Amino acid sequence: MRVYARILAAGFRTQSRYLPAAFAGLLANATFGLLKSGILLTLVDDGGGELDGYTAGTMAAYVWLSQGLLGSVNIWSLPSSAERIKSGDIAVDFLRPADVQLASIADDVGRGLFALIPRGLPSVGVGVLLVGMAMPAQVLPYALGAVSLALGITLSHALAYLLGTAGFWLVEVRGLQVLYMGVAGLLTGLITPVWLFPGWLEAIAVATPFPAVMMYPIDVLSGRTTGTDALWLLAVQAGWLALALAAGQVATRLGRRTLEVQGG
Amino acid sequence: MSGTTSDTIVEVRGLSRDFRVRDGLKVRRLTAVDRMTWSIAAGEAVGYIGANGAGKSTTIKMLAGILVPTAGDVHTCGLRPVKDRKKLARRIGVVFGQRSQLWWDLPVRESFGILAAIHSLSRARERARTDELVETLDMGDYLGTPVRQLSLGQRMRAEVAAALLHRPQLLILDEPTIGLDVLSKQRLREFLVRERAEHGTTLLLTTHDMGDVERLCDRVLVVDHGRLAYDGSLDGLGRTVGAERVLVVDLAEPCAELAVPGARHLRSEGGGLRQHLAFDPAATTAARVLAAVSEQADVLDLTIAEPAVEDVVRRIYERATTSSS
Repeated sequence: MRVYARILAAGFRTQSRYLPAAFAGLLANATFGLLKSGILLTLVDDGGGELDGYTAGTMAAYVWLSQGLLGSVNIWSLPSSAERIKSGDIAVDFLRPADVQLASIADDVGRGLFALIPRGLPSVGVGVLLVGMAMPAQVLPYALGAVSLALGITLSHALAYLLGTAGFWLVEVRGLQVLYMGVAGLLTGLITPVWLFPGWLEAIAVATPFPAVMMYPIDVLSGRTTGTDALWLLAVQAGWLALALAAGQVATRLGRRTLEVQGG
Repeated sequence: MSGTTSDTIVEVRGLSRDFRVRDGLKVRRLTAVDRMTWSIAAGEAVGYIGANGAGKSTTIKMLAGILVPTAGDVHTCGLRPVKDRKKLARRIGVVFGQRSQLWWDLPVRESFGILAAIHSLSRARERARTDELVETLDMGDYLGTPVRQLSLGQRMRAEVAAALLHRPQLLILDEPTIGLDVLSKQRLREFLVRERAEHGTTLLLTTHDMGDVERLCDRVLVVDHGRLAYDGSLDGLGRTVGAERVLVVDLAEPCAELAVPGARHLRSEGGGLRQHLAFDPAATTAARVLAAVSEQADVLDLTIAEPAVEDVVRRIYERATTSSS
């Protein structure tokens, strides 16, 4: 595991070289966060101060935690491995005595964890200062929340990696990426909490790994889900992660046999 | 040279690789490597040369386990490259001149650290080997510089160091001097000669630069249209294709065009003071040509130019083309 920890650290440091980009991202997060909280808090207000269990404070917590996570989870872009598959640079990864999938995900997770510093925490800070969000007063939700957050971030990169492996068979995966972006953007609970969806859509969402990327970590961290329910969510996240990793392993093995690195 | 012994580092038998190439609506098969059989013994330095598209890189990729052969067998370091990928990765080092194995945004030193972790080197071994490579490749000045800010020459040295960090038995270099200036090429070649002498590393090199082959390799494999066109020493390659040597004589007095049996007058300079004569070393000798010249004029000085390897390889291609058409 020392190998993957080292690669994760390298990803972390790599991302630290892109601070201006992180601040631009933060600005965008904050702008959309204000818009999102404006709409959602109005809905809570219209519901007489309560909407499906959300109060103004907990809704604000949802908004700013979800905005803060955006720099760390990957639901919008192709992973670095997709570009390497397309360019053939993935060949270099196969020449190392390490697991190509785990190394690639470790690198992306490292980058994601760094993004918590310039994008995640300030985004939450903006929420606390401007809107006022209700957060738990005990330690346990934060401890469970940290684990859930780590699982969610890792799961998002494991899913993105799986998406990227389509590049072994397709020349261009951008079309697939746009489709993924739309589905994942909605079902992770980025736009509104999954729990505000109509019943049928909520049922679809919870049957996919997407809420485990963002919705569950936010629920655990904000103290909306506690106790054994919180532990159950963590178990569900771990289950999806195991599945995504296993599927990625299979795809990498099959893809490697079709790999045609031409020229140079 | 054939037969699987513990001293065989690379062995290919009947190795082939086809590619499907889309041409409009039609799909045609292109054979990049066509039933090749050869082997490399431990400690050899082999130049693998051929034109663009001759099948060099395809072969290298199959040896390294990143491309699955269509047919035939390949063993590298006694392992099956595709099946034993991770094991093999610990025993070989590969540099693709056009692809980087370094972490683009991080200082060079970091890349070495990460690769050392990937190869499970102990801290002590990591430090000793890194120090050695930094010193012999003269990388001390830019260890802290992010890879993306390195010059090409600096980066190639770092790439070679990265491939050698785990002391591989076999170093495969795919176009290592591409784009390098004369001085950078020279330094890299000197390093490789030294590395081989000190560690006995087997070297397999593809290149378009015949200087690389002349200075680094004691054996040459010429590949043409996916097939082996020549296997032997560099000198032997010249002899095989009957490349001409050129005798250049400086005369005491200007002289008319020399007519020498078994040699061809190429040109005169200084009104006939210096004359160039080409001869086929298989048909006559330099001594005989010189003796014939001496009968006609006073020779002050002479040089003999060896055939240019580019020329030799071109002749191999031409020979293969005429024999196949």
